[in-house]
Amino acid sequence: MYSEKVMDHFANPRNVGEIENADAVGEVGNATCGDIMRMYLKINENEVIEDVKFKTFGCGAAIATSSMATELIKGKTVEEALKLTNKAVIEALDGLPPQKIHCSVLAEEAVKEAIANYYDKKGIAHDLRKGGCAGHCSSCTKHQ
Amino acid sequence: MAERLVYADNAATTSTSPAVLEAMMPYLTEVYGNPSSLHQKGRIAKAAITEAREKIASLLNCKPNEIYFTASGSEADNWAIKGIAYAMKNRGRHIISTKIEHHAVLHALESLEKEGFEVTYLDTDSEGRVTPEQVAAAVRIDTILVEVMYANNEIGTIEPIREIAAAVKEKNPKTLVFTDAVQAVGAIPINIAELGVDMLSLSGHKIHAPKGIGALYIRNGVRINNLIDGGGQERSRRGGTENVPYIVGLAKALEDAVGGLDEGKRVEAMRDRLIDAITAIPHTRLNGPKEGRLPGNVNVSFEFIEGESLLLLLDMAGICASTGSACSSSSLEPSHVLLAIGVPVEQAHGSLRLSISRDTTDADIDYILEKLPPIVERLRAMSPLYNG
Repeated sequence: MYSEKVMDHFANPRNVGEIENADAVGEVGNATCGDIMRMYLKINENEVIEDVKFKTFGCGAAIATSSMATELIKGKTVEEALKLTNKAVIEALDGLPPQKIHCSVLAEEAVKEAIANYYDKKGIAHDLRKGGCAGHCSSCTKHQ
Repeated sequence: MAERLVYADNAATTSTSPAVLEAMMPYLTEVYGNPSSLHQKGRIAKAAITEAREKIASLLNCKPNEIYFTASGSEADNWAIKGIAYAMKNRGRHIISTKIEHHAVLHALESLEKEGFEVTYLDTDSEGRVTPEQVAAAVRIDTILVEVMYANNEIGTIEPIREIAAAVKEKNPKTLVFTDAVQAVGAIPINIAELGVDMLSLSGHKIHAPKGIGALYIRNGVRINNLIDGGGQERSRRGGTENVPYIVGLAKALEDAVGGLDEGKRVEAMRDRLIDAITAIPHTRLNGPKEGRLPGNVNVSFEFIEGESLLLLLDMAGICASTGSACSSSSLEPSHVLLAIGVPVEQAHGSLRLSISRDTTDADIDYILEKLPPIVERLRAMSPLYNG
């Protein structure tokens, strides 16, 4: 059901872990829904994401999309990272099963949440939190 | 490639045993006659079905003409539930069942609810048990059917069916009792005459017969509508040319399972070894009871990790298992059974079912116990919820 790329990123996830004194941390999802992603960013004075790490509770696709998202934004500027879409994550993974699309959405949201945290710290105004949980899973009663 | 392949998903399905396949072979080849035909090819096929029916009846202690062959356990469940509901609807429209039934039962009941039947779904205790008193208390004058599964497919809980049947009959002798015994038949001793139920369903592929064969016991005298109309097969109660090789295979499989029930002790010992070692891992809970549990069933929840990723890593290590996590199902709902026994949703996501059988060896258990703990630790190390 998963592509080889997904299985590779699941079995050998890139950038797993934490960054001490990270410049930004973002966490999305909740345990009830079955997936949580936390992303740590190290951002230099030129607004380049020098390092990124993640920790994820979730299924194979949640781990693979987290891993791929970190790869796609590593070395990019904050502005470039903000352009990351869930579609780009899906394409880079050679596709996801339909019921796992929400994992790619979560990965995009994790990046945005971390950058929102970075902007908050810098006192820069933004509207990155307008998305929120899209209600793709039916585990919580939030959307019923 | 993994060093070893360990199949620990026997509650999903079992291997077809070589002895069963051997018994079936003549009926897949030269004995191809239609049992309804008068000529010799038909007569030989008919004789094989008769013999299989007698064998099954004798193994379960009922009469041969109370055994009806179906294409699956699901069909038997649907037939028992819908057949009684339609036959009895003028007497009453109330049915009692539990919250932890198999989907073949639950969805059949939901479809009846849409037609105006009323269904009471009983709660269970934290180990998945319903009590006879609880069932009897729910029985009303218009209760036409009580269905409680013999043993649960996810958490292995064995229900007190005999006591439940007695309590129901005492409260309302007209209420019929049906038990879905798909997971129990062949795993634990079953004596229908002593059980006091009116109907009982079973399935072949859970006991080392192939998929595609099941049976329903219907006590003589029970009025039930047909689910599948057709020719005069199965005493005109279940249409469709009989699946002769699979019927023969089912009888052989049941004979071997009942004959090998002593094996249950060995399976139970392996199960307990798994349970003891796995629950020694911190932040792990056993789902279902310690006593009164199917010999081959292990169900545990690991906190801080999710079941699908656990299954994928186990699979890479050569271990086939299953989970009640939402993420492995197309419905995205965690197991209704785990939720019904009060497992928190996040722990239901982290559940693992290992179901072993007489095929399982001690070396298989060693292998699972070698591979599983580091995989759990690896996923926990990746989890934002874990600070171990």
